Amino acid sequence: MKNDISIVLSGEAGQGIKTVELLIIRALKNSGYNVFSTTELMSRVRGGNNTTEIRVSNERIEAYVDKIDILIVLSKNAILRIENRLTKDTIIIGQDSFIEEKYKNSQYIIKYVALSSLAKEVGGLIYSNVITYGLLSGIFDINLNLIKESITRHFSTKGKEITDNNINAVIKGYEKGKELKLGIQVEKDEKIKNQVLLSGTESIGIGALAGGCNFITAYPMSPSTGVIQFLARHSEEFGVVVEQAEDEISAINMIQGAWYAGARAMTTTSGGGFALMEEGISNAAITEVPIVIHLAQRPGPSTGLPTRTEQGDLNLALYAGHGEFPRIIFAPGNFTDGIYLTQKAFNLADKFQVPVIILTDQFYIDSFQSIKSIDFTDFKVENFVTRTDKDYKRYKNTEDGISPRGIPMQGDGFVRFDSHEHDEGGFITEDPDIRIKMVDKRFKKLESYSKESIDAEIIGSKNYKTLIVGWGSTYGVIKEAIEKLNDNDLAFAYFKQVYPLPNNTKEILSKAKELIIIENNATSQFGQLIKRYTGMEFTNHILKYNGMPFSLEEIIEKLKGMQ
Amino acid sequence: MTTIFDFDQIPETSWCPGCGNFSILKVLKEALDELKIDPKNLVISAGIGQAAKTSQYINSNCFNGLHGRALPVATGIKASNPDLIVVAEGGDGDMYGEGGNHFIHAIRRNIDIVNIVHNNMVYGLTLGQASPTSRKEFKTPLQLEGVSSEPFNPIAVAISLGASFVARAFSGDMKQMKEILKEAVKHKGYALVDIFHPCVSFNKINNFKWFKDNTYYLNENYDNTDKMEALKKAFETDKFPLGVIYTNGKNKTFEENLIAYKNDKRPLYKREVDLEKIEKLLN
Repeated sequence: MKNDISIVLSGEAGQGIKTVELLIIRALKNSGYNVFSTTELMSRVRGGNNTTEIRVSNERIEAYVDKIDILIVLSKNAILRIENRLTKDTIIIGQDSFIEEKYKNSQYIIKYVALSSLAKEVGGLIYSNVITYGLLSGIFDINLNLIKESITRHFSTKGKEITDNNINAVIKGYEKGKELKLGIQVEKDEKIKNQVLLSGTESIGIGALAGGCNFITAYPMSPSTGVIQFLARHSEEFGVVVEQAEDEISAINMIQGAWYAGARAMTTTSGGGFALMEEGISNAAITEVPIVIHLAQRPGPSTGLPTRTEQGDLNLALYAGHGEFPRIIFAPGNFTDGIYLTQKAFNLADKFQVPVIILTDQFYIDSFQSIKSIDFTDFKVENFVTRTDKDYKRYKNTEDGISPRGIPMQGDGFVRFDSHEHDEGGFITEDPDIRIKMVDKRFKKLESYSKESIDAEIIGSKNYKTLIVGWGSTYGVIKEAIEKLNDNDLAFAYFKQVYPLPNNTKEILSKAKELIIIENNATSQFGQLIKRYTGMEFTNHILKYNGMPFSLEEIIEKLKGMQ
Repeated sequence: MTTIFDFDQIPETSWCPGCGNFSILKVLKEALDELKIDPKNLVISAGIGQAAKTSQYINSNCFNGLHGRALPVATGIKASNPDLIVVAEGGDGDMYGEGGNHFIHAIRRNIDIVNIVHNNMVYGLTLGQASPTSRKEFKTPLQLEGVSSEPFNPIAVAISLGASFVARAFSGDMKQMKEILKEAVKHKGYALVDIFHPCVSFNKINNFKWFKDNTYYLNENYDNTDKMEALKKAFETDKFPLGVIYTNGKNKTFEENLIAYKNDKRPLYKREVDLEKIEKLLN
């Protein structure tokens, strides 16, 4: 078989597919395979149909593909919704009762594995997940000791009996997997073993900790909640104040109180919650209190498609809040950047005293991949808090617009923040001249930031004639498509800073004869932003807004059609 | 009497002559001074409204943020630096209307702050509409035939939610108000002080005389640690009781429950970041 295998696990919500995913991707990575996995869910706690795609390759992969090489059927009605992704080469694995008649008498290759009966032999249906894990491990011929060790680790708190049963279960699955003789031979790479496997959620959480985040509050909202739960798990170890807010309005105001008192705070939310935070973002702008917000996008308007993906909230982030004020918006496209940019967000918020927003989406957040290890000694937690003196003025007018920020109990001055227009001391004023000075002062900070602005990255040919522009989570799929197309006229400009537009925007765009933009939304919000600031227009738009991420095949096909 | 919380130059206030806010400001400054509170250790978190402007007139630290949001800001401040004395201040519309949800949950958390609510049963800054505490049939330029909704009962709500200190004062009695405010500041845990005060411009019904005629002092035999008795008092509306209606200092505060302070009592700003330890998360 090929060097690039796509496995799909299809079953019901509440079955524990996530457990299988987490175990198998780790085992594959530790065996030296490149892995990438992503999950698409229906918005329900039980039943329905959810699928997880796991890609195993000899090369670095970071994209979702349509094709299914191996389909593991874990419940009834698990094939219908993904029927159009099956090919004549797809191998369907599952028990007889889960595979509907219409597929049995068709072109597909079906391998019957009686998962439920095997599970009952071990002790009950609860063992189905571990048997599935064993099955996949057997198919990929992973070292059995490694698999057994992973089970021992996974069930370490559950006692000997449960661990032993699960070891039996995994062996049963493993033997079945080997018996299938699927002949998979994906090349391994020893170096992969030293890489680190993580999720999009973890990339944001780890980045936050590395940025010195010690306060997080949020109102739970998919797909953003994992970040606060991640920090809750590490609350004691790293001394992070974690609080579930009564609503997003509270969360955005609470983090302002936290920064005011010297914490480094963030909140995490999705579009609907972010909309509720708008007033608070505006408040952060005029009081010049730093804030960091993680906005994990999902398709709106309103409740929209709560468990699915979209890049539909760029405009929301760009224009959120009444009044005119500066902000910084990042959109990491891979987990290395997720860590770096989130780390940086805290330093920048502290330094420039502006809202810093990190835009991700459900696809980014719920995916797993391995990345090269990161040297954390490169990171610096930059603290810009100053000691106040007796005559301290919170909003002192300075050359670069940045007024030294004091905190209470650190110095002899009083720290007076005000949401009204204010004078340098923080006292309410309606003096028109002071008003102009203060508005200008706040915008000067954005000018000062341009020195640290992060350029767009060019991937592909340096002598491109056609430039594809993408931002955030489409990074992986566009990059892989470019690599597959291997065309000297083609390059991809990856924007990880979406606002302010990077300094090199105009330069890289004007080098191209043709401009294509790819966005996971309906109206090409980033394309509009670029047009607004550079006057340059895109000749072609590849847009998707059905709630699913772009697949590699469709990007390749669309790009071929444009040449 | 001047206090350490006075500015060298007395700021011009935006209040109407005769407004109850003047007494509340004066008494609050005196209470804090008499308790020997260092202004550097105090933060007033205020919302928006005539009452919230109080923060402008106290020479100390302040965060004068959004309408209705003083409590979340105060929560963030106290949780990040428990050494600070934090007062969340605003009017009845600010705290009970716009900030109603925060009011409920700040009480549930039992964060160690003083929540001062200037309650004049009317909106002053927006020129005279009904507030959540306006009495029924109160006529305004917006409620032309009078208020039809039940008035919000902050005392009963606070006691029901387990508030550990619930008091009501009247701005017309500065001596008692000062005693109550001092008790509230000294109290460990969330303390609500709802202060009746007249709005001379927009509430001609609930004026100084009305408050005087419609309130009474809880007597010395009243047991303010009895929750059910306190609830009964909270529902008295023929005449509203004044004083500390309920108190219970036994519950742990929000900050004391935070895992972040389990092994390290220092405020967050004093802590170092251990990057090496964070790096280990990647393995």
